[in-house]
Amino acid sequence: MEIPYTVQNRPDTGIYNAKLGVWLFLASEVMLFGGLFSAYVLLRVGAAPGDWPHGWLNVTLGTVNTLLLALSAITTLLAWAACKVREFGKFKFFHACTILLALTFLGIKSYEYHDKLTHYEAQLTNGKFADGHFVKESKDFNLAKKTGTITLHGHIVEDRKELVDLRSPVAKAAKHEEITIAATDIKKLGNYGPAHNTFTAIYFTLTGLHALHILGGTLVIFYLWGPGSRMWKTDPERFTNRIEVSGLFWHFVDLVWIFLFPVLYLT
Amino acid sequence: MSLKAFHLIFVTLFTALSFGCAAWAFQSGSVLWGVTAVVAGIFVIIYGVYFLKKLKSVSYL
Repeated sequence: MEIPYTVQNRPDTGIYNAKLGVWLFLASEVMLFGGLFSAYVLLRVGAAPGDWPHGWLNVTLGTVNTLLLALSAITTLLAWAACKVREFGKFKFFHACTILLALTFLGIKSYEYHDKLTHYEAQLTNGKFADGHFVKESKDFNLAKKTGTITLHGHIVEDRKELVDLRSPVAKAAKHEEITIAATDIKKLGNYGPAHNTFTAIYFTLTGLHALHILGGTLVIFYLWGPGSRMWKTDPERFTNRIEVSGLFWHFVDLVWIFLFPVLYLT
Repeated sequence: MSLKAFHLIFVTLFTALSFGCAAWAFQSGSVLWGVTAVVAGIFVIIYGVYFLKKLKSVSYL
C-alpha cells in the first residue's frame, strides 16, 4: 500500500502530510518550552532583590555556540536547496557540516556543564564562604566524618551576596588562588549543579532540554545523511521533503537558543 | 510554512539578537563586543537579502 501525500500537497491542507505533522509537533514543542520560559520569568521576578545571579555563565562560549547554531541553520537550508536542484554531492557536504557544527555545540555545552559541576561553594564554620573550582582532595577527605582537606581554586568572602553578582567591581577585583580547607572547617559543601539554587535549576533544565533536542535532531540528520539517503535513488522528491521537515525541526531548535542565550547569559 | 519562510523568520530574529547583544555590550562598556555585534547584525541583513534573491522561485508555503 502506498502512503498518500508524501510528495504531492494534500488538497484540503495545501501541504504534504509530513510537513503538517512536523508543524503539529512543533506546536507542542512551543508549549513545552513556553511553559519553561514562563517558569523562568516567574522565578526571576519572584526572586528577592540582589538574589538573582549575574555573570555566572561564560558569554564568549555562549556566543560561539550561538554562531555555531546559526551556521548550522544555514547549512541545513543549503542541504535542502541542494536537493531541490538535484545536487546530491552538495547535500552530503552541507549536512555533514550541520552534524559537525551540532557536535561542536554539544561539546562546548558539555564543557560548560563540567565547569559548573566542578565549581564548589563551601559554607565555613567561621561564617565565611569559600568559592572556587575543585583542584584536589586528600585521600581521607570525608565531610560526614570531618576528616581530610579539599583544595579549591577561588577565594573566600565574608558575605555570600558577594558571590551573586560576578559583574560587580568587587567580584571582578577578587583575587583567585588555591585555598586548602580542612573538613572540620566546612559546615556545608555543594557544587553549582541543579540543586545549588533556583538559577542553576532553571539553567540546567532549559539548556539540558535544549541539548537533548540538539542530540535528537543530530541523530535524525545523521540518519538522513547516512543510511536514509538511499531513498535519493528511488524517490528523490520524497527524500527532499524529508530534508525540509528535518530542517524545520532544526530551525525551531535554533530559534529556542536565540531566546535562551540572552535570557540566561546576558541578564 | 516552508523551510524558506522559517529561515526568513530565523534570520529576522538573529538580526534582532545581534543588535540586542550590541546594545547590551555597549551598556556593559565592552565597545569591541558591541562593534562586533553591530557588524554581525549588518552581515546577517546582507545575507538575508542575498538568500531571498537566491531562493526567489521557492514557495513560502
